[in-house]
Order: sequence, then structure tokens, then C-alpha cells
Amino acid sequence: MDMKRDYYEDVEFFTSGVIAFWLSVLVIGLAIFPFVAKNYYVYVANYMAINVIVVIGLNLLVGYTGQISMGHAGFFAIGAYATVALMTHAHFPFLLALPVAGFIAAFFGFLLGLPALRLEGPYLAIATLGFGITITQVIGKIKFLGERQGLHAPELTIGPWHVNTDKDFYFLLIPITILLAVLARNLVHTKVGRAFIAIRDADIAAETMGINLTLYKTMAFAVSAFYAGVGGGLYAFVLRFIEPELFSLFMSIMFLTMAVVGGLGSMMGPIAGACLLGLLDLQLRNILEVPYIGQWIKALSESYFTMTGVSNIQMIVFGSILIAIMLFEPLGIYGIWIRTKKYWKMWPY
Amino acid sequence: MIDFLQIILSGIAVGSSYALMGLGMVLIYKASEVPNFVQGEMALLPVFIAYMLLSSYGLPYYIAFPATLLFAFFLGCILEFAVLRRAKEPNVLGLIIITIGLEMLLIGFVSWKFGADQRAMPFPISSYDSIIIGEIFISTLDMLTLVVALIIMLSLFLFFRFSKIGVAMKATQQNENAAALMGIKTNRIRMITWGISAAVGSVAGLLIAPVLVEPYMMWDPMLKGFAGAVVGGMTSLPGSVFGAYIVGVVEHLFGGYVSIEFKSVVAFVVIVLVLCFKPSGLFARHYVKKV
Repeated sequence: MDMKRDYYEDVEFFTSGVIAFWLSVLVIGLAIFPFVAKNYYVYVANYMAINVIVVIGLNLLVGYTGQISMGHAGFFAIGAYATVALMTHAHFPFLLALPVAGFIAAFFGFLLGLPALRLEGPYLAIATLGFGITITQVIGKIKFLGERQGLHAPELTIGPWHVNTDKDFYFLLIPITILLAVLARNLVHTKVGRAFIAIRDADIAAETMGINLTLYKTMAFAVSAFYAGVGGGLYAFVLRFIEPELFSLFMSIMFLTMAVVGGLGSMMGPIAGACLLGLLDLQLRNILEVPYIGQWIKALSESYFTMTGVSNIQMIVFGSILIAIMLFEPLGIYGIWIRTKKYWKMWPY
Repeated sequence: MIDFLQIILSGIAVGSSYALMGLGMVLIYKASEVPNFVQGEMALLPVFIAYMLLSSYGLPYYIAFPATLLFAFFLGCILEFAVLRRAKEPNVLGLIIITIGLEMLLIGFVSWKFGADQRAMPFPISSYDSIIIGEIFISTLDMLTLVVALIIMLSLFLFFRFSKIGVAMKATQQNENAAALMGIKTNRIRMITWGISAAVGSVAGLLIAPVLVEPYMMWDPMLKGFAGAVVGGMTSLPGSVFGAYIVGVVEHLFGGYVSIEFKSVVAFVVIVLVLCFKPSGLFARHYVKKV
């Protein structure tokens, strides 16, 4: 169905007119969205866009290079803290502080990539997981970074433009998100991206073909950490306040969940996963206000469970989604999409 | 010197509960090749069952604890039978994700049911009593943990050496196809392994419970047990015990002499350092992939 006949076809951006049409509809929709939606939904969109950035980066590492990372909250925290610290202490302008923070995160990604060269499977999982936990613990002890009290994000001004409201920030965030998504999509179709995929599929075979494993594995970690760092830097301005407890192991697991539910090793899948689960995450935080279900849950908690633990329904829902996806559709949303597309393309045969 | 011995001893006591968690993880890793993130919660649920049996139904200890361990055994079996076995084309990442999903599910249910309150489980011995040997203090609970951990290790050793199921388990872990050809029902054996692992883990949970019972109580022991198992090499049972003791002792030494603040993260620094030099842990033979 998707046979590539020449090199140009592999690297071209719009593989068909249909895709070009729907992508432009998406971009126009994103542009007019804040004018028609309520303020809360603009905030939701910002939150989703942050998740999209991080999950795209994580997908480059997990989905394309085949390395497990359970410590992305660590890079996320590094990005957030570096951006805020550079702006408040070193008085960097935002547009400089954000990429610098990204590169700081990328440097840590490179450092984590070094031991990861020799590790795989459970060993890599525990090493990255330990990294994520250690980073937040260390940040919580540094006086310069506000210790446990956290940091307030400074005023955000770009030239004459004061970015105050969620809507303003939306117009800053969405172009960055689109830019990073396009970059990632193009990276996958270059020599580097093909090297990543080769390493994922068979690293020994890739090495015999002349792919430098050391270079490309650490590069995958660095690129992925860069995305997480930039996402973190932007997240600091969505929340306007950051503290070490935010960047918990649960957050790393959430990012991994989004990538897996979306479908590892595809471009649109993780974006869809990040949007859907980000939305679900925010909705589940105030589940008691949802009509019908909220009342039912309230009654259920009062008679059989406890009211103080209601927020843990989030965990139950995400856990069930993870299990269901892995058991029934290991390719995630992307897999469902592929199957549907194939079915309707072949219909009625 | 007394200080030093004191620190080493409390490190070993803490290491014992890590060792039990680590043993559970290694058992499952050898059977299903998955780093089992649900290990902590397979112990958490039984601990809360024990708490309910003891404080709400007022059962005596000699009924409540065996009942809890039996429940843990069945919980482990059910998880393997109902979820892990159903995975389609499992790879390492997929299985990790499934165990994380199970973990979130169980911890979600437990904290929904019991709230986030901290409580302490009634226990035959108080956690404040201590024994004095020479000039070293050790709490009776720590002592009990140490002894129970040793008993469990010994009985696991005997189980794998002399019982028929234990030998079948070893055979399944070494070569599944050959074991199946010898008439071993490998699926069933794997299920029983999960059950035993859950029971071993919940012994650790029951020994932590007199101090603290809350939904996140098993996180730390689970991660440290995992770290210990990785230090020892995920495929070696004695290695995991040794690694867990290393983690416990190093953690306490670091907390005692360097900085109490970073005590809980030093374990992860240790494993990263160990893995840099021995990528498959201290005791496992390095696994070389055949092409």
C-alpha cells in the first residue's frame, strides 16, 4: 500500500493531496481555536502541546531507536529549571534561554546515553529511572533553584510583546510545537533517522553496516532530552510555578504511556496519544464534576471506598488503558488507524 | 567503631527487606523475562488485606498472616494468568508497560479504598523494643526481618534444590522448549513462579507494615530491591540478595557519614556506576547476543 518508488517519495513532506489538505485544515483550526474557545480550553490546549513536544522527543528515543527511558521527567525538570534560572539569574531573553535550556538537557541526555551504550532491557530501565529520581532529588536541595519551595516563572516578554494570558502563550507555544514536530519528522527521514531505525531493528547488523553505535545512541538520547528540555522550559510558563515534586516518576511514566498508547515508531500516533491522554488527565483531575459519572463515582466512593482517595481513579483509568492497549493493540492508536485505513481502502474486498 | 558497626547492622536489616523484594523480582525475571514493576503492589494489596483482617475483623495473627500469604500467592497467579499470559507478541518494552499498567491499577484501587492516611498495622512485637548486643542496639523488628529473610532464602534454596516444582522451575527458566518436551507444563510453572514471588514480596511488606501502612509504602523497597537485583545481575538469586545488602549498607553508610539528604538516591548512583563496569551486574555472566 505504501510502497516507496524513489528517494524523493521517501522524503517528501506531503505524501498525498489528502494529507496536505487535512494538515492545512489542522493548522488553520489551531490558528482560530483560541478565538472561539473558552479560556480554560486554551489552557488545556497549551498543556496538550507541551505533552506533544515531550512525547515526540521520547518517541524518537523509544520508538525509533529502541532504547527505553523511564527518566524523561528528569530532562523535563532540567529544562524547566534551566529556563527559569537563566531568565531570573542571568537575565537571558526567553527566546535564548529556551534553546540553551534545551541544550543543557541534551548534554545530560548525552551523559545518560554513555552508560546506556552498554545496557539494555531492564538494566537500561532502572538506570534511566534512577536518573529521573536523582535529578529531582538533587534539584530539590539546591538553594539557587529554590529548594523545596520551587520557583516562580518570571514575566515573559519578547521584544514589545508581553505574554501574559494563556491565549498569548498559545500563540508562542503552538508555532514552537509545530516547528519541533516538523523537525522530528524530517530527522526521521535523514541519514540519522535511518540509522536510529536500523539500531532499533538490529543493532549488531547496523554496526556491521557501518553505523557508529556510540554516536547514534548517544545522539538519540541527546535529541530526545533536548525535546524534553524545551518542553519543560515551556511548561514552567504554562504553570507559572515549578517545584521538584511535579517532576515525579509518575510523570515519566505518563510520558511513556502517551507514547505507547499513541503507537511507538510513528509520527502522528504519539501526537494523538499525547493530546488524548493529556486531555483525559486534566478531565480526570476533576472527575466529580463530570455529569452522571461524577455522581455515580461519588456515591460509590461514599458507600464502598473513601472520598479522600477519589483522585486515584486517574491511576486506575490510566493503568487499565495501558494494559488494554498492550493486550489488544500493541501498536496503539496508530495501529488502529492503519487497520481502519486498510479496511476501507480495500472495501468491499 | 561502635557507630560504624551500628550503621552496618541497620543497613543489613534494611537490606533484608530489599533482598526479599529483589528475590521476588529475580524469580519473575527469570521466568517471564520482564522487570516486574508490579512487585511492590503484589505485596501492597496483601498487606492491606492483612491490615483489614487484623484490625477490622480482629482475627488472630496465626490465621491472618498465613491467609495473607495465600492471598498473595493467588494474586500473583491471577496476574500472570489473566494479563501477562495474554500479551500479543510481547517484547521487553511491552511487558514493562503491562506491569506498569498493573501497578497503577492496583495502587489506584488500594488508595481509593483506603485513602492516603498513614497508619500502622498491629503486630505481635512492637517496633520500639530493641535488643542490646554489647554496645549495639538493634530493634526487635529489624532482628525479626533479618531472621525471616534468612529463613526464606534458605527455604527457597532448598525448594529449588530438592522439590519437584522447584526443579521444574529451574528447567523452565533454562530452556523452555526442552522443558516442555520433558512434559513440564511451562505455562503453569510460570504462573506458580509469579505466585511464589508475590508471597515472598508480601513477607517483606508485612515486615514493613508495623512501621507504616500507606498506599505508597512499597515504592521505595521495590525500587531498592530492583536496584539490588540489578547490581547482582538480574538472573542470579544469590546475586540479587547480595546486591540488595550492598544497596542497604551503602545507603546507610552514605546517610551516616556523608549526607542524610541524598541517602535515598545514592542507591541509583551505585547501580549506574556498577553497570558502567559490569553491564550485566556483578554476578551474572555477561550475556552475549548471538546473531
